[in-house]
Amino acid sequence: MCTYITKHLEIAGSAKGSSGWFPATTASVYFDHPVHAPADHTLNIDVLNLSLGPEHRVALELDPASARSLAQAILELVDGLPAVNR
Amino acid sequence: MRYDALLAETITIHGHGSDAIEAYSARPLQPGPLGGVVVIHHMPGYDRATKEITRRFAEAGFNAVCPNLYSREAPGASPDDAAAIARARGGVPDDRLVGDVAGAASYLRGLPNSNQKVGVIGYCSGGRQAVLAACSLDLDAAVDCYGAFVVAAPPPEAPIAATPLRDRLADLRCPLLGLFGAEDAHPSPAETAELEKILAEHGKTYEFHSYQGAGHAFFAVDRPSYRPDAANDGWQRILNWFGRYLTA
Repeated sequence: MCTYITKHLEIAGSAKGSSGWFPATTASVYFDHPVHAPADHTLNIDVLNLSLGPEHRVALELDPASARSLAQAILELVDGLPAVNR
Repeated sequence: MRYDALLAETITIHGHGSDAIEAYSARPLQPGPLGGVVVIHHMPGYDRATKEITRRFAEAGFNAVCPNLYSREAPGASPDDAAAIARARGGVPDDRLVGDVAGAASYLRGLPNSNQKVGVIGYCSGGRQAVLAACSLDLDAAVDCYGAFVVAAPPPEAPIAATPLRDRLADLRCPLLGLFGAEDAHPSPAETAELEKILAEHGKTYEFHSYQGAGHAFFAVDRPSYRPDAANDGWQRILNWFGRYLTA
């Protein structure tokens, strides 16, 4: 199935894609068919800069367990930061 | 010996608002007259798999063209990058889709070997768009391959600004073939049954098949969802359908 469920986030940071580093401004997170990963469905993340064009993109296709591990690791690290850095 | 040759190439057609958009054309090198098929690509974009489908229609004796629905957002981009941009921007607006399919149909009818009959087929999100086009344009046959949100509303988080077509189905202008997976959730068997009921109430010509053991995207040969039995039977039904309604 296509779940079509997509979450869009405004983000601030940098990402490195096929054309080098760029300011990352948007992220799409969705569970849908992958382009490359050998699975019916994956948790996909696109980090984008819509104003710079389609080649400014970093893509991830993760199996759900990997996506959960990644999310937990990020939350543990961010939650452990001093309040001033959050 | 039957001479078997086709020409497949990237072309420019004029779509919604007379915009110049990219398209992939595949045509048998035959004098005709031949029917034409507009192929609507799935949400992952104007990719290799969709171009293979387009060539298959040419091999089967139809002029075929697949418009790149993401031409405007991402001209020249790789299909997955273009699809990501389109997803982030909310997908393809319905009026633009109809205009692009109209442009593709006009291109097919303008070919010297055209018999002036044109059908439309779409996969996944393109299935709904094929139904939309068939409710909006003068086409001769349509095929919906597991299109979601024809009768049910998409979830609020859906990336596409799709509205159900329930109120448009009375305007369906051509016979509709629907091919679905019994294990699909979008569209679910209940949704396809409801669609079939509405078409029957409106006295439309349609034929639906739901394949046991198949889910979404069972035609996709490059994905684990591929189900050869369903796909082979489905291809035969598609070619029979277009043969019946697009052949002079």
